[in-house]
Amino acid sequence: MNSLPILTILTLLPLIGAFVVAAVGQENKRLARGLAFGVSLISLGLALALWKSFDAASGALQFEERHAWIPALAVDYRVAVDGLGILMVLLTAIVVPMALLASWNVADRPQIYFALVLFLQAGLFGTFTALNFFHWFLFWELGLIPAFFLIRLWGGPQRAAAATQFFIYTMVGSVTLLLSFLAIFIATGKLDFTELAGMAHTGELTSALANKLGWSLFGHDFYAGAMPRIVFLGALLGFAVKVPLMPFHTWLPRTYSEAPSGTTMLLTGLMSKMGVYGFLRILLPIFPEQMQWLRTPLLALAVITIVFSAFAAFAQKDLKRILAYSSINHLGYCLLAVFAVTGSTAMAIAPAMERAAALNGAMLQMFNHGLTAATLFWFVALIEKRSGGLRGLDDFGGLRKVAPVFCGLMGIALFSSLGLPGLNGFIGEFLIFKGVFPLALCSAAVAVIGILVTAIFILTVIQRVFNGPLNAKWAEFPDLTLAERALLAFPLALMLVLGLWPQLVLGVTNPTVVKLVEQLKF
Amino acid sequence: MDWIVKNLWLIPVLPVLAAGFSALTPQRGRKFSASLAIGSMVIAFALSVCALVHALGQHGEGKEVFNIAWFQFAAGAAGLFKIGWLLDPLTAVMLVMVTFVGTLIFIYSTGYMAHDANFTRFFTFLSLFAGGMLGVVVANNLLLLFMSWEIVGLTSYLLIGFWYHKPSAAAAAKKAFITTRIGDVLFLLGIVWLYSQTGTLLFYDNGHGCLEQSALAALVAKTTIGGMAVSTVIGLLIFAGAVGKSGQVPLHVWLPDAMEGPTPVSALIHAATMVAAGVFLVARVYPLMAASGVEWAGVASAQFSNDTTALQVVTWIGAITAVFAASIAVAQNDIKRILAYSTVSQLGYMMMGLGVGGVAVGMFHLITHAFFKALLFMGAGSVIHGCHEEQDIRKMGGIKKYMPVTFLTYAVGMLALAGFPLFFSGFWSKDEILHAAHGWPVSHIPFYLGLVGAFLTAFYMTRQVMLVFFGKNRAEAHAHDAHGKHTDHTPHESPAAMTAPLAILAVCAVALGFLGTPAWPWFQDFLQGHHAEFVFAKLGERSFLWLACLSASIVFGGIGIGIWLYGLKPPAKADAPDVLEKLPLGMYSWLANKYGIDELYEMTVIRLNAWFARVCDILDEWVWGGLVALVSWAVLGLAWVNRAFDDFVINLGFDQGCGGVSRGGGLLSRLQDGKVQNYLRFIGGALVALALFLIWGGGK
Repeated sequence: MNSLPILTILTLLPLIGAFVVAAVGQENKRLARGLAFGVSLISLGLALALWKSFDAASGALQFEERHAWIPALAVDYRVAVDGLGILMVLLTAIVVPMALLASWNVADRPQIYFALVLFLQAGLFGTFTALNFFHWFLFWELGLIPAFFLIRLWGGPQRAAAATQFFIYTMVGSVTLLLSFLAIFIATGKLDFTELAGMAHTGELTSALANKLGWSLFGHDFYAGAMPRIVFLGALLGFAVKVPLMPFHTWLPRTYSEAPSGTTMLLTGLMSKMGVYGFLRILLPIFPEQMQWLRTPLLALAVITIVFSAFAAFAQKDLKRILAYSSINHLGYCLLAVFAVTGSTAMAIAPAMERAAALNGAMLQMFNHGLTAATLFWFVALIEKRSGGLRGLDDFGGLRKVAPVFCGLMGIALFSSLGLPGLNGFIGEFLIFKGVFPLALCSAAVAVIGILVTAIFILTVIQRVFNGPLNAKWAEFPDLTLAERALLAFPLALMLVLGLWPQLVLGVTNPTVVKLVEQLKF
Repeated sequence: MDWIVKNLWLIPVLPVLAAGFSALTPQRGRKFSASLAIGSMVIAFALSVCALVHALGQHGEGKEVFNIAWFQFAAGAAGLFKIGWLLDPLTAVMLVMVTFVGTLIFIYSTGYMAHDANFTRFFTFLSLFAGGMLGVVVANNLLLLFMSWEIVGLTSYLLIGFWYHKPSAAAAAKKAFITTRIGDVLFLLGIVWLYSQTGTLLFYDNGHGCLEQSALAALVAKTTIGGMAVSTVIGLLIFAGAVGKSGQVPLHVWLPDAMEGPTPVSALIHAATMVAAGVFLVARVYPLMAASGVEWAGVASAQFSNDTTALQVVTWIGAITAVFAASIAVAQNDIKRILAYSTVSQLGYMMMGLGVGGVAVGMFHLITHAFFKALLFMGAGSVIHGCHEEQDIRKMGGIKKYMPVTFLTYAVGMLALAGFPLFFSGFWSKDEILHAAHGWPVSHIPFYLGLVGAFLTAFYMTRQVMLVFFGKNRAEAHAHDAHGKHTDHTPHESPAAMTAPLAILAVCAVALGFLGTPAWPWFQDFLQGHHAEFVFAKLGERSFLWLACLSASIVFGGIGIGIWLYGLKPPAKADAPDVLEKLPLGMYSWLANKYGIDELYEMTVIRLNAWFARVCDILDEWVWGGLVALVSWAVLGLAWVNRAFDDFVINLGFDQGCGGVSRGGGLLSRLQDGKVQNYLRFIGGALVALALFLIWGGGK
């Protein structure tokens, strides 16, 4: 094992950076920005080094650190990453510098803004590496606080309401999640994800929850059978809100549109992934029976999420709200995959292979969506900067004439979001459908409507904003500067590379997925 | 393994690379960009010829493939996704056609687009298009084919909307992409279904491909909805993709609107290559479409159903499209729209040919059509160019004396399309389809529909040529421009970069027909893998003769009526009513309005879509949002009770009670301000309560 506690260093680095940046005086904007960006680049370097030394062929947890922490509560400080973890760590390390760049011109207390972003990054790194519920939950909640202040202090006109709604909503989910794990702890005395997954595999967990926590009322086992399910529902709510799964999504459109675009990049690119990560790391391995029990309603909700959010996006007039609904739509495919793998139909000749396809697709889609959605909100930030905050669908028109490069590059990102083959979005969605179709036929057949409607609203954006006669108001709309082009080239190039070479990600996720599928006994 | 098979990937990749470099070229690098595009196409053409020569050397037997691993998505060999390319006669002829016609269109574009500000961008898109199209042709994997197919769709979108500042062009581009995507979504379902059943998407893989015997036999043995074989349903889903791309009814609406793009685009995309991709797709997966009608070794003969549903659907859709679109073409006045509807109609013929006669029949018409329709579109472009961007045929007339080269080549194209007997390729390829339709065991109606279509085709092409090239010029005499200066609006002949490709294509439009005559069916035999023999006597067989005479007399009839109505009595003025307006029952306006299909879709599908989007939005805002508001109010109420409990019950003091009541109003308003604290207060309370519940509950 590696003796250097590399994952702890990775998490602490932005945390320390956050304090240093916050300590920089108000007058030293440049220093604060430079420091914050520097820290995020070092994080990126570290993440890349990890990625490089990660043994992709093994699906095992790597770079493990384990220290007894609070023995009385069976709390060990335990961090490690497998294919899923390292993918999310890398995504975090990539999106955070992008978000910093998109927020470069924050005028009001920039040092605090940048410190909060780093603080959030620390929370994310912690969440994606922790394997014990205790400190995993600390990081999970830690991410919420900077996000709240970023929205509350730098958001749009309705920021107060949006921030409150966001906070309360996620908080409620967190509370039920916490209660569920409290129940688990009481029943089993364990909080370690791996150990709990092991117990779930043998069926011990369910019986422990039923036996230890069941309520007997007048000699009738009132809660015994229901207890594991109640505990599961509590945990489910926490993640369903975070992703979100309809109908737990109503906080999202307002939050995404009121948050400053740089923050929205973090919300959609990274924090939504915390939810999907939870489904893959916690719900699927620890509650497989319960997932199976609720499979049909969950599949229905995933399909509703996909289709309704696509249509809702089509009805919006604000670019940020369109992209917000589009985010719900894209993550809906991930959830569809996660829910589908707990069952099968007669059509699946090799269910294990279909499950692996669906889960690999979901992980690839997580990475792709993080990259693409963050890039798209970056473009919106650039539009807002040029238009003085306007971002309505009908506020523009014909921009392609004055800003052809802007249009071309944003077009690439939009088509990536649409799932155009050759760009990153396609293979993930294909694998999800490839796996889901034989496992849950009807769900897949209805969910393709989402693909169609996505094309409609994305092309509508292009048509209204970039095509048509030039709106005379924007005759002076500046095209992308050379610096902006150079910076945007990185995420766009990555989209192309992943579109042509998905093995880059799949090579890392596949061993993990194969292991996960073996562990699930359906 | 031959060199060309191994390196077949170069053919699509070269134009894609050219597109990549061209995209990075600044607008002033016009020459560089155009030479890059043309150069890559010429090399691709040379390689394609090598491929054809190689395929000829195999005597049509070989399906040579080269597969590589692309990514791993599950454990083991079954979880390895392989892609590859395939060289067989079908690929070889398509490669040569696409690269040859493509090269000519690229050269033509240098003339046609010479004054356009976005010249380099145009060649970027053209090259990318060619790359995608060639990818469709060489792919040995259905997903790879689909990906290239979508790239083609993207470039089609970009090229139709090339003059993006025109709202009509922007709308047409979007319409094209979305309409074809409706088919593509079903196509994608077909792909994943096929994948789940056969475990591979490679077409040919030494006996393990999805179009090879073991996979097809397994597909036929299973039945699904309505008792159809799985292979049939998958085939129909894939066909849905072809319907979208090839503009078949009911997804044809995008193709005529796509004429908003520059003319070379219409020639390349909407005549010669892209729309043919759908036909090619059906030809490629033909073994799958036909599978359930074939008796497979290993399948119990009791299960053999001789179910040809998939091919029947192809035939009917094709036949209906052929007549439907041809009748609309009769009443159009835009020179390009006539050709667009003509294309839709001819694609219908190809589909019908595939359905009734198999791959060779449909593909032969695809190839001949590609040449003469590209010729017609480019000729139309030359006319439009020469008439100062005029597209309305009522405002033309008598152009043949100003544009002799264009006229002659256009006439060749027109006769080929109309199916003028013996000397023009369209005659041979169309006759073969009719011949096959006549022998179709299921029904004779497609055959009669084909005959009606042939008549209409001859008629509308004659009408167009008469109005454009004969009579006297009806252009409006706006001899003075804004400055009162005299401007010359006389039509003029186009530059050599445009006329030379026309001449070359005209030669092909005649010569190609002789590769597929009944006497020497070289083309068909090559595709089917046998050796062609020259048997002159076959021309004298009765089955050929009577049909040839029938179709010839129908064509002469169409041309004759066309000349009679439009040639002998040409309209005097541009706004004179069309002779066909005298048709009973307002038929002319029905035809001119394309049977109102666009309006129908506008009223149904599009409105439904917008309506449903609205519903989702409202649902979101009010129902889900309302529920959440309800819950949050309930929580607030509880928090208030909680607080009141603190104040009134725990602090029983009367004074405080009074103070509490007097603070009540202020308290309520504070609840509104400080929601966070109150929510948290409730949450904290609930947390404690539930924790207690769990801990005590655990002590069972």
